[in-house]
Amino acid sequence: MEFKFTTESLEKINAVLNRYPTKQAALMPVLWIAQEQNGWISNEVMQETAKILEINPEEVLGVVTFYTMYFKKPMGKHHIQVCTNVSCMFRGAYEIYEGVKKKLGIDNMETTSDRKFSLEEVECMGACGNAPMIAINEEYFENISSEKVNKIIEDLEKSA
Amino acid sequence: MEKIVLPEIKDMHLIDVYLANGGYSSVKKAFNQTPDDIIDQVKKSGLRGRGGAAFSAGLKWSFMPKSTTKPKYLCVNGDESEPGSFKDRQILEHNPHQLIEGILITCYAIGAKIAYVYIRGEYHKFINFFSKALNDAYEHGFVGDAMREKFGTDFTCQIYIHKGAGAYICGEESSLMNSIEGKRAYPRVKPPFPAQYGLWGCPTTINNVETITNVPPIIANGWEWFAKIGEPKHPGTILFGVSGHVNKPGVYELPTGTLLTELIYNYAGGVPGNKKILCVIPGGSSMPPLRGDQLEEIKMDAESLKAAGSAIGTGGVMVMDEDTDLVKVLTRITKFYYHESCGQCTPCREGTGWMLKILNRILSGSGSSNDLDLLISVANNIEGNTVCALGDAAAWPVKYMIERFRDYFETRVNTVTKLPIANKVHSLRKSVIPL
Ligand SMILES: Cc1cc2nc3c(=O)[nH]c(=O)nc-3n(C[C@H](O)[C@H](O)[C@H](O)COP(=O)(O)O)c2cc1C
Ligand code: SF4
Ligand code: FES
Repeated sequence: MEFKFTTESLEKINAVLNRYPTKQAALMPVLWIAQEQNGWISNEVMQETAKILEINPEEVLGVVTFYTMYFKKPMGKHHIQVCTNVSCMFRGAYEIYEGVKKKLGIDNMETTSDRKFSLEEVECMGACGNAPMIAINEEYFENISSEKVNKIIEDLEKSA
Repeated sequence: MEKIVLPEIKDMHLIDVYLANGGYSSVKKAFNQTPDDIIDQVKKSGLRGRGGAAFSAGLKWSFMPKSTTKPKYLCVNGDESEPGSFKDRQILEHNPHQLIEGILITCYAIGAKIAYVYIRGEYHKFINFFSKALNDAYEHGFVGDAMREKFGTDFTCQIYIHKGAGAYICGEESSLMNSIEGKRAYPRVKPPFPAQYGLWGCPTTINNVETITNVPPIIANGWEWFAKIGEPKHPGTILFGVSGHVNKPGVYELPTGTLLTELIYNYAGGVPGNKKILCVIPGGSSMPPLRGDQLEEIKMDAESLKAAGSAIGTGGVMVMDEDTDLVKVLTRITKFYYHESCGQCTPCREGTGWMLKILNRILSGSGSSNDLDLLISVANNIEGNTVCALGDAAAWPVKYMIERFRDYFETRVNTVTKLPIANKVHSLRKSVIPL
C-alpha cells in the first residue's frame, strides 16, 4: 500500500529536523511519527522515510529491525504487552501471560482475527516495584492480577 | 533523613512549586562562577554516577576538551532498562525541574549548548510528564535563547527529548549515541571515549538522570555538605528500587552506606510470610547475586558492595525468598541478555545463546554437574572479550550464581535427573520455556 506523510506529520517532521545537526539523526523520531500515522512500519513507510531523510532504505531497515517497538506488521487495536522479566515473574507474571494467551487464543506476537488484540511478551518495563504489570498500547497497568487483566480485556472487548 | 533527589514536597513537578522552593536559583549561582569552578565543586563533592559504573561525575566532566572548535554535547541517560530498575521514572514524574536545572548547570560546566535526554520508548507517560515540565521551563525563559535575558548571560542551551524504541543496549553510552545519530545502536569500541569522540565525533558527556538531578543541591548547599552524607567514598543518597519478594516494594531514597538488611526489612517491609531470603541481586539483574545467608553487615555503596563481591549498579535490589527456583531465575535472566545482545561480538551473541540452551536443559531436568562447569566456562569466555559491558552483564549472573549457589544447583541437577522417566517427561513439558 502506498504511503505518504500527511501535512500534519510533515509539520512534525520539520520541527524534529531542527533538533539535530544531521537529517539521519531524525530517523527515530520520524519513524515514531510514521508509526503514529500508519500503525506500523511497512516497506512503503521505510521508502518514504529514506527519501525524506536522504538516506539509504537499507539504513532505515537496519534501524527499524533493531528496535522492538517499531512494528514490522500491523498489530491489534489494543496491543497487550506482558512483562515476564524476573521481578514480575516473582509475582505471577507467567500465570498472567498464559492467561491472556488462553483468553485471546493467540500466541506471542499474534493478533486476534478481528484485529482487536495483539500480544507481546516484553522485557522489564521499569515497573518492577509495582509488579506484575502489563501495558496496553501506551498505558501501564501496574500491580495487576489475572482477575484484573481479565476485567480490563473484557471492558475493552465491550468498548468496540 | 533529608531527601536530595525526591524531596517530599507536594506537587514539586509544577514549575511554580519548584520556584517557590528555591528552584532555578542554583543555576543562577552557577552562572556567576566559572565552568571550572563548577567542575571542581562537583569533583570535590564526590558525586558518582548513578547509571551503573559509579564513576566520578566531576572527573568525567573534566575530560571534556577546553579548547575545541567543535560543538559539545550532553546526553542524559534515561533509558532505564536494566531489569530491577525503576527509579529514573520517579524523577521524570515527580521532580523534572531539578533534572532540567541540573542539565543546565552541567551543560554550562562542560560547555555544551545542546543536551539530548534519551528516554526509553516504553515511558510514554513519563516522557509526557518531562516534556510538560520542559515546555514550562522554556516558557519561563530558563531554557533556550531566552536564557540570555533571564540570566543576563551569554550562555544558552537547548534541551531535546530523544525517545527510544525498545532496546536495552541503548542504555550503554556509545550505543545511545549511535541511536541518537539515527544509526543501528551498536556500541562503539572504546577508546576513543565520548569526551574525545562522541556524538557526530564531537566531545560528549553522558550522565544518568539521577546523577544530574543531584547537581543543583550540590551547587546550592556546597560540596562540603554533600560530601558528608552517607559513605565518604560514595557520598549522597541513592534511589534504591526494591522489588521481588518484599512486603513493600518501591523506591526508597536513602544515604549510601545504608545496610542492605535495613533496606529490605525496615523500609521494604521484610519478606512476605516471614520467609527466609535465598538470594539478593543488589544492583539490577547484571550484578553478581548475593547469598541470603550472607547479607549481614553489607552496606549499600559502591565500595562496600564491591568488597562483598557484587556492585551497586543501578541500585535495583531484587529479593528472592527461600522458595524461589533459582534455575528458573537464572534462565530468565539469561534469556533477557540473549534477547538484548546486539549481535556485534561473537562471544556475546553465541555465548548468551549457549548459556540459555544449557540452562533450559537443566530446567527441563536433563542437566548434569558438567553443565554447571560448562556454564561457568562459557561465561568466562564472554567476560572481558566483548565490545561493551553487556557481555559481562550476561556472564556475571551465570558465573556468580552458580559459584555461590553451587550446593543449590548441584541438588537441582542431581535430584531432577534421578526422577523416574515419566516424571521427567512431565516436568519437561511443564517447564521448558515459557518458564
Ligand atoms: C548494557 C548496558 C546498559 C546500560 N543501561 C543504562 C541505562 O539504562 N541507564 C543508565 O543511566 N546507564 C546505563 N548504562 C551505563 C552507561 O553506559 C553509562 O555508564 C552511564 O549512563 C553513565 O552515567 P553516570 O556516570 O551518570 O552513571 C548501561 C551500560 C551497559 C553496558
Ligand atoms: S557485548 Fe554484546 S551487546 Fe555489547 S557490543 Fe558485543 S554483542 Fe553487542
Ligand atoms: S520485571 Fe517487569 S517491570 Fe521490571
